[in-house]
Amino acid sequence: MKTFKIGGVHPQDNKSFSAHQPIQECPLPKQAIIPLVQHIGAPTQAVVEVGAKVKVGELLAKAGGFVSANICSPVSGTVTKIGDWKDAWGAPGQAIFIDVEGDDWLPEIDRTPDLKQQCTLEPKAIIDKIAAAGIVGLGGACFPTHVKLLPPPGKKADVLIVNGVECEPYLTCDHQLMLEHGEEIIIGIGILKKALGVERAIIGIENNKKDAIEHMSKLAQSQLGIEVLPLKLKYPQGGEKQLIDACIGRQVPSGALPIEVGAVVDNVATIFAVYEAVQKNKPLISRVITVTGKNVAKPGNYLVRFGTPIEEVIALAGGVPADTGKIIGGGPMMGRAMDHIEEMPANKRLSGLLFLPQAESIRPEEDNCIRCGKCVQACPMGLEPYLLQRLSELEMWEECEKHDIMDCIDCGCCVYTCPAHRRLLDGIRPGKAKVGGILRERAAAKAAEKK
Amino acid sequence: MKNFIVAPAPHAHSGDSVRKNMLWVILALLPAYVVSVIEFGWGALITAAISVCACVLTEWCISRFLLKEQKQTIGDLSAVLTGLLLAFNLPSSLDWWIVLIGAIVAIGVGKMSFGGLGQNPFNPALVGRVFLLISFPAQMTTWPLAKGFETSYLDAETGATPLYFLKHIVKSGDSSVIDQLPALRDAFLGVMGGSLGEICALALIAGGLLLICLRVITWHIPVSIIATVALFAAVTGWVGALPEGMETGQYVAYELLSGGLMLGAFFMATDYVTSPMTAWGKIIFGIGIGFIMMVIRTWGAYPEGMSFAILIMNACVPLLNKFRPQRFGEKKK
Repeated sequence: MKTFKIGGVHPQDNKSFSAHQPIQECPLPKQAIIPLVQHIGAPTQAVVEVGAKVKVGELLAKAGGFVSANICSPVSGTVTKIGDWKDAWGAPGQAIFIDVEGDDWLPEIDRTPDLKQQCTLEPKAIIDKIAAAGIVGLGGACFPTHVKLLPPPGKKADVLIVNGVECEPYLTCDHQLMLEHGEEIIIGIGILKKALGVERAIIGIENNKKDAIEHMSKLAQSQLGIEVLPLKLKYPQGGEKQLIDACIGRQVPSGALPIEVGAVVDNVATIFAVYEAVQKNKPLISRVITVTGKNVAKPGNYLVRFGTPIEEVIALAGGVPADTGKIIGGGPMMGRAMDHIEEMPANKRLSGLLFLPQAESIRPEEDNCIRCGKCVQACPMGLEPYLLQRLSELEMWEECEKHDIMDCIDCGCCVYTCPAHRRLLDGIRPGKAKVGGILRERAAAKAAEKK
Repeated sequence: MKNFIVAPAPHAHSGDSVRKNMLWVILALLPAYVVSVIEFGWGALITAAISVCACVLTEWCISRFLLKEQKQTIGDLSAVLTGLLLAFNLPSSLDWWIVLIGAIVAIGVGKMSFGGLGQNPFNPALVGRVFLLISFPAQMTTWPLAKGFETSYLDAETGATPLYFLKHIVKSGDSSVIDQLPALRDAFLGVMGGSLGEICALALIAGGLLLICLRVITWHIPVSIIATVALFAAVTGWVGALPEGMETGQYVAYELLSGGLMLGAFFMATDYVTSPMTAWGKIIFGIGIGFIMMVIRTWGAYPEGMSFAILIMNACVPLLNKFRPQRFGEKKK
């Protein structure tokens, strides 16, 4: 069975808590909070004013540049405030606050559950619809999807890789989506193939989801050019570089994007959103999130409209468990621990809520590096984490750059493996930020010189 | 507003620890130790006990009284392992006070003087052993014959080890001592003379393979050492340097099964702190060790070259760490 070649670790998948829980719809909130940044790229600009009455699907904020994404209203009601807001990690930003009234949708949105198979639009029209719907990558990175579909001149894709891997432990939303909405995903794949002009699509699914592999294989049989590839379980197989290596054996070079090797990668939830946008005129206004943890009363997969305070979703799952130490937005390997849950809405970036008991939330004490080299063996990018951490600590930025610190994908394999519990990423992340800044300054200086 | 614990990702850990790895190595050494007790008797028990206790006590005393450290490190079991490995490298009938000195030097000079676990450039057990070899050459080259559990501890019958005879055979082309060598099967099972822990190749290989399966160590160092030694020995045979009565294959087998090769390849050279961090670094490390060891065994003054070979290559580790792993997306070199 195929998998990526370099590094990787095998955390316990802990998916049994929420696996196979049917997707449950969360009721509408009384107030919706919609942050103006829910993606990688330039912040959006609000196009509504305080006091405006909006319908579900209406444009609230438009993309602030090429690499940006629209935000459409997930609720209907009155805009009460557009202003300062802090997320669950204390980061400041802007958000639109809406008092929810009823559930009025824009008339052009098709709310029927019938499957629409045919798509007669031209590629450009498809991409425009995806952009208008504000679709971003729902695997966690939230990169604007329409940008991925517009390769720079000279670069062409020859394969679409569909990410059904969901390598983060605990999370099961993608798995459940494949089981319940596999047909829509297959149609969405066909639409994306058309938009990209590729003949071949590969759906990568890890072999801890055998029923999803079987289900999607059956559905893909009727389609030409879509194959399902079962993959050997290994983290971080869902990382796009690792997934491309696993599926087609091509490794994206350092500093380049997947299009460099002719591949475009999209998550299954993103593709489901593409189906809804292109076939049903429904913009991206909701997503499935997994609420899970050992002590959660009703762990499961919940369909949530953006803007819904996560307190309400957590209440559906039985409330915050008594012994909770950490609440993580996302999965345990790359998710971020939240300081508080008040005034925090579900949004495009939130794929899961994980509640870790107190005992599992304290990091063991750090020892001296014992030079075992396990971090080097674990790193999927072939880096030397022990060295990068030390160089960052010593602020030796040139050396950091020479040792390819910019290739680090933040997956956490090194920290996961380290027997001495060294805070490897605590050192590498600021190093990456600093070296990234130096590289940008260098590029800007070069560009200025050319003028 | 209730506040929760905030810490950077990742929030999951493999559960691995320094102590776990040390424990596995100690367990992997136990079969060899059992054979040693069976072959050498009380000497094996006493020497190992003194070495382990002295190492642990030395680390604890230095840490608590000299360095006045808050946190004690003996719980990570690395001192226990050093004590055991030091004992494995000594003659089982060595005077107790010499063992004691060796342990204090191993931990005090070989480890703590550099800052404790992770900071030392040389294998501490080997630092202790070589110190003893140079300071007490007579006692350190007096090997008790393996007479089973009845082997006397204090006045054991002594004799030359197989390596002594091998060197004699190759260096001076004297084939008359070939029948002094133990049968190959005995060499494999450990029915022969040597240091406390090096005699039973079978137990050592089994323990080493266990560690590789458990991913405590990787295959690179043991395989490159063994392959280099085998190749060197084979070439020695092919160029006709062996006298009548000694076949090339036989000679290769003896070199592999005698002396500290198996112990060194699986347990000494693979010490985390003093071995390279990268795959190619480890392979070149192993080749270097195998080569230097065979040079010493063949032409050097000492019959055994493992300790010196490892210490010399330990010094090269910072250089070997420059052999960096293949980066993702890099074209093959």
